[in-house]
Amino acid sequence: MSLISTLARLEAVSTGRAQPAATVRHRHLSDRPLVFVPLTTAGEAGAPLGALVGTDRDAPRLLAVPQPRDRDLRFAFLAELADVVLPYVDGCAEAVEAAERTETDPETGKRIKVEVDLCADAPQLIVPSRAGIDLVRLLGRSTRFRRTAEQDPQAPYPAPPRVPLLGRWLTHFGERARVPGSSLLLAMTDVLGRHWATGQSTLEDQHLGALLAWIDPPEGETGAQAALRAELERDERGQLRCPPAGPATDPAFDNKLLAPAIERYDRARTALAAAEDGLQADDRLGALTAAEREIRDLVLSRTRPTWDAVWRGLDRLRELPEGAHVEERWTRDRWSFTGHRDRVLAGEPPQPRRDDAVTAANKLATREREQARLEAQEALDDPLVMAGRRLSGEAFAGEVTDVVMAYSESKRPSPRPLVTVRTDDRPHLGERTKVYRSLGGKPQSAEFVTAEEDGAYVVLRILDKMGRGKEPEPGSVPEKGDRVCFTLFEHEQRGGAKLPDPEETPWTHGGPPGEPALEAADPVTEEDVL
Amino acid sequence: MPPPRTRGTALRHRLAELRGPDVPAKALDARALAALAANPGCARRAILDGAGVNKAALASALGAPSAFGQSQFALTRGNAFEAKVKADGGAELLRLVHEKLDRSAEPPTGARVPDLTATGPQGRTARTALELREAGAHPGAWTLLDHPMLALDVAGSLAFLEPDAVVVHPDGSWTVVEIKSFPLLDGSADPAKVGAAARQAAVYVLALEELAARLRPAPRVRHRILLVCPRDFSNLPAASAVDIRKQRAVTARQLNRLTRIEEIAEKLPEGTCFSPELPADELTAAVESVPATYAPECLSTCELAFHCRTRSREEGAVTSLGRPARAELGGLSTVAEVLAAARGETGDPADPAVAALRRAAALRAEALEAAACR
Amino acid sequence: MTTVFDPSAAAGQATDAILHDTLHGTARGVVVDSPPGAGKSTLVVRAALELAEAGHPLMVVAQTNAQVDDLVLRLAEKNPELPVGRLHSSDTDPYDKALDDLENVRKSAKAADLAGLAVVLSTAAKWAHVKVDEPWRHAIVDEAYQMRSDALLAVAGLFERALFVGDPGQLDPFAIVGSEQWAGLAYDPSASAVTTLLAHNPDLPQHRLPVSWRLPASAAPLVSDAFYPYTPFRSGTGPGDRGLSFAVPSDGSGPDRVIDEAAASGWGLLELPARHTPRTDPEAVRAVAAVVRRLLDRGGAATSERSSSPSPLTADRVAVGTAHRDQAAAVRAALSALGVTDVVVDTANRLQGREYDVTVVLHPLSGRPDATAFHLETGRLCVLASRHRHACIVVCRAGVSDLLDDYPSTEPVQLGTVVKFPDGWEANHAVLAHLAEHRISWRP
Repeated sequence: MSLISTLARLEAVSTGRAQPAATVRHRHLSDRPLVFVPLTTAGEAGAPLGALVGTDRDAPRLLAVPQPRDRDLRFAFLAELADVVLPYVDGCAEAVEAAERTETDPETGKRIKVEVDLCADAPQLIVPSRAGIDLVRLLGRSTRFRRTAEQDPQAPYPAPPRVPLLGRWLTHFGERARVPGSSLLLAMTDVLGRHWATGQSTLEDQHLGALLAWIDPPEGETGAQAALRAELERDERGQLRCPPAGPATDPAFDNKLLAPAIERYDRARTALAAAEDGLQADDRLGALTAAEREIRDLVLSRTRPTWDAVWRGLDRLRELPEGAHVEERWTRDRWSFTGHRDRVLAGEPPQPRRDDAVTAANKLATREREQARLEAQEALDDPLVMAGRRLSGEAFAGEVTDVVMAYSESKRPSPRPLVTVRTDDRPHLGERTKVYRSLGGKPQSAEFVTAEEDGAYVVLRILDKMGRGKEPEPGSVPEKGDRVCFTLFEHEQRGGAKLPDPEETPWTHGGPPGEPALEAADPVTEEDVL
Repeated sequence: MPPPRTRGTALRHRLAELRGPDVPAKALDARALAALAANPGCARRAILDGAGVNKAALASALGAPSAFGQSQFALTRGNAFEAKVKADGGAELLRLVHEKLDRSAEPPTGARVPDLTATGPQGRTARTALELREAGAHPGAWTLLDHPMLALDVAGSLAFLEPDAVVVHPDGSWTVVEIKSFPLLDGSADPAKVGAAARQAAVYVLALEELAARLRPAPRVRHRILLVCPRDFSNLPAASAVDIRKQRAVTARQLNRLTRIEEIAEKLPEGTCFSPELPADELTAAVESVPATYAPECLSTCELAFHCRTRSREEGAVTSLGRPARAELGGLSTVAEVLAAARGETGDPADPAVAALRRAAALRAEALEAAACR
Repeated sequence: MTTVFDPSAAAGQATDAILHDTLHGTARGVVVDSPPGAGKSTLVVRAALELAEAGHPLMVVAQTNAQVDDLVLRLAEKNPELPVGRLHSSDTDPYDKALDDLENVRKSAKAADLAGLAVVLSTAAKWAHVKVDEPWRHAIVDEAYQMRSDALLAVAGLFERALFVGDPGQLDPFAIVGSEQWAGLAYDPSASAVTTLLAHNPDLPQHRLPVSWRLPASAAPLVSDAFYPYTPFRSGTGPGDRGLSFAVPSDGSGPDRVIDEAAASGWGLLELPARHTPRTDPEAVRAVAAVVRRLLDRGGAATSERSSSPSPLTADRVAVGTAHRDQAAAVRAALSALGVTDVVVDTANRLQGREYDVTVVLHPLSGRPDATAFHLETGRLCVLASRHRHACIVVCRAGVSDLLDDYPSTEPVQLGTVVKFPDGWEANHAVLAHLAEHRISWRP
């Protein structure tokens, strides 16, 4: 934790309100996000109990699984979820714009520009907390290898038609969420935590209710009081007033309310099956419907507060102006979305269970590059983030006190002006350390020459972005009196080296993985949980 | 049955006093012992656990009940899975032990599964010890001990531990088996849960090592245990060997350090008692007489955490915001101290912590001002 | 019967076996573990020369430009006639200017310019951009334990077989983003190159250099036990072979007493009163500076097996090691206030592979309110405790032992990953216990 964020947390403690941790919004927010508030059954790997899902804050779709151990009911849940998610995803894939992409020509091996479609928008899935992201991945993993009756008429328990496709999309969302700065799938607690510092620990910030209590405390209450209520307050039935944001439920809810309701449902179902005539069956169907209704109400009662909290969080986030580089990063999300859309359309198989060596290395390289990009862009977009970098000696700001013209020693001398900056910051500058400032959105580089008066004056040599002539272009060299901010980190990320193709995986890494075989579905047993 | 210890009789007496008259000691199980490593610097936790105080009851009596509970769904499923793993005389379980840990041995067929029923923990411990010794008399055979009972000396008193299973290999070595209900998905599992299972297994390994040391020749207790979990989305068992040497070393050291509860007990005022029967204010005073080192991680590992958190917040302790919050603050440890130093009201500007705080505060103010002007 | 340990013979045997496997073996890879100061660079240079002499074109992969330049200089020193290529990046100052004075070293940013030379050296990062039609017959990968698996993936297609050399006890490579998703996979891209290599090729011959020529007899057993428990090594010199003496007698101050303790025993712990401090603890920083100042002022002389006459303990033979950059900066400032400007002060990361007569170390846990995984990292302490030929002086606040005991050990466990030994927590305890025997308590 940097001292600046520690201070913000301490200020939050003493004022009773969360303090800004950012002055702009660093994540893209869609105009029409799909909010997904899932619940699971305890003790089973990601077995859904229910969910609220939708794009309209006033009209969420309620999904519930009245008997979580029943495979058919679970499939029905997933089919319903697919009915909400897939049309939403398809809607974003409709409008496209022309864009250019650099590809390697398979014949010449040269890098060439090709014109391709880029989806004009991309879907955005929002879950309450990080555990929600894990569940999205788990649902994706559990469904993408399923076989529908159409794919495999012999499949013992065929999945409803669109469930495997849902699995592929959820998997894509889940993988993309691992890329720093991406916004296809966001956890509300993470995004809020990025923008506000509360008076509690980051562990406690994982509780969406408590986190919002600090950011948006009710009239007449401090964040600490409101957060404590959100965490612990229970009603006369011993139930939490602010249910956990899931997907795990509170054990007291499971034991006192849910278990009896499921039992009633099971009994009603058994009774219906044993009905002896139509009249009796009608009656018992009524009882079954009532039992199911009860479970749906229970699921709604546990998810609705979280649903509302997620939208409140979105309201607060929308009040912040969007950071200057956010759109550029969202464009990368659109590329990622378009790419997956194309793979699905091209009939490619679902994502494998495990990455091969080359794919894993490529993903890691991408994520490291995006992490560096994100850190640089957030600092450039937000003075509060830059303040942290200045404090840690990775950037410095100050006023230009002197500019002396100088030239490079080459046949055609180019301008290399010496600029003196007066600063209170203490950057880690060494001999010829490269530094960068943003000049019209592009990085201009300079190198450290010397420091004077114990580091209060830093002399830099400007190296580029001054045009081709002997005299620098107007505005390309800082002038005396200008406020400038230089960073020791680069503003743009270089692409890494190209890794071998998977079929050329070297012997050190196990050699080529062989032809990608269509991965088999998970074996289905009588007692599957999902 | 281990020989009774004379050392620590006085301590045991003292600990019984701390627990309160007629309050039975809460047995320390492996999970509790493993949790000792979660915050080993906390004297409060050490003495309460050492004295066998029921911390959940204590927390309720203090008005800050713990929030730990288990869903009956999880419980039912956990039991069903364990039963499935051990069905058919543990055939599947033994097959997994053979496959993952001891491939060069003869495959297990017709393993011995001795009956371990006995009265009371002492009786069951004795029975387990007997059967383990007996297994040594059957070289070349596999033996499965289903829910054996082990005793471990913890700061002078015995803790009784019940592993899911212990397997004796044909070469006479012993393996601890942990059966958990979280899934093994494509070969990997939740690392936090595996870590907890490994720490728990390390306690069993230590207890088995105490027992093994009394046998001639002393059997080897394997330091790779077998973790059995449901595979992917099924409830078919899958297993993975887990190297627990690290956890064993840490737990052994923490158990040795538990002798310091003697020192902690000595420092307590005469008549201190943690009985949940006492009035809340007396109880609070008793608890407050032992220093705690609260950190937010306690919330998931200690029943008393909500009480300690309230206290820590009241005292304005910076660590209530997380251990890392203190890292750069040097000697400053409360919210008020830090803020005053940051504002320039107190503190020595030559202290680098104070200087850094002031710079941080100035940079933060400058940035917020710049943002407000936009 | 006891046999006298002959370090030269043991080291020679190991080297011969390594060279035999490299030049005449059939395995595609040979792995060599080299503890601190065991002659890793000497081995690399010798293997390179022998391969070159045998007419095998060779590529050498190191991890940093400084390492590459150092190897080029050593090669040229051993065989000035050898045509050597230094492949470098197109950044400014891509290589050490000293290479410009070497006649047979050709430098280029393009691999094609260096084709046909006996040995071509570069960093892994630069090699990753090179494309070849015909792979090199041989490669040497230096500092292979500090190389990430994905970096090896990028270059392994360039060679047919390779000698992998490195020190398993130093700092592991790391990733700046989470990589848990691949934990347990043999080719986890964030793992070390050697881990992946051996996971896929478990039958490769593995060797280890058994003798540290750097560490004195007083240090090798501790460093070996604490950091290399399963691959022990010995010191090449005996207890009496090295000596450190000072012309100016002690003035009785803490710094002088700890210097004398370290001169006599090889280790010294200057323990300041317990206190929670920020990283740049001014008292500890000043204490480090004071020790260095006195080391230089007292006319130190080091005797060793290298020469018959004592060599003076000059500023270039002393270094200061810290955990963090700001600590290094603070020590530099404190030293310059005492008029010392030419002693190397750096972090563990940057001291890897370097060697001095005496090192002064600011203990990574000194004054901290809590221990963290970073500070407990085995490699960090190992680097700091194994840079010296004569003595190592550690400056530390009291209370670190309690800090370690209070460290919560609730690490997650990834299935399928190899547990790295030793654990930083245990290694720290071992080093502290040893240092306690050489403790000088001092209240500045």
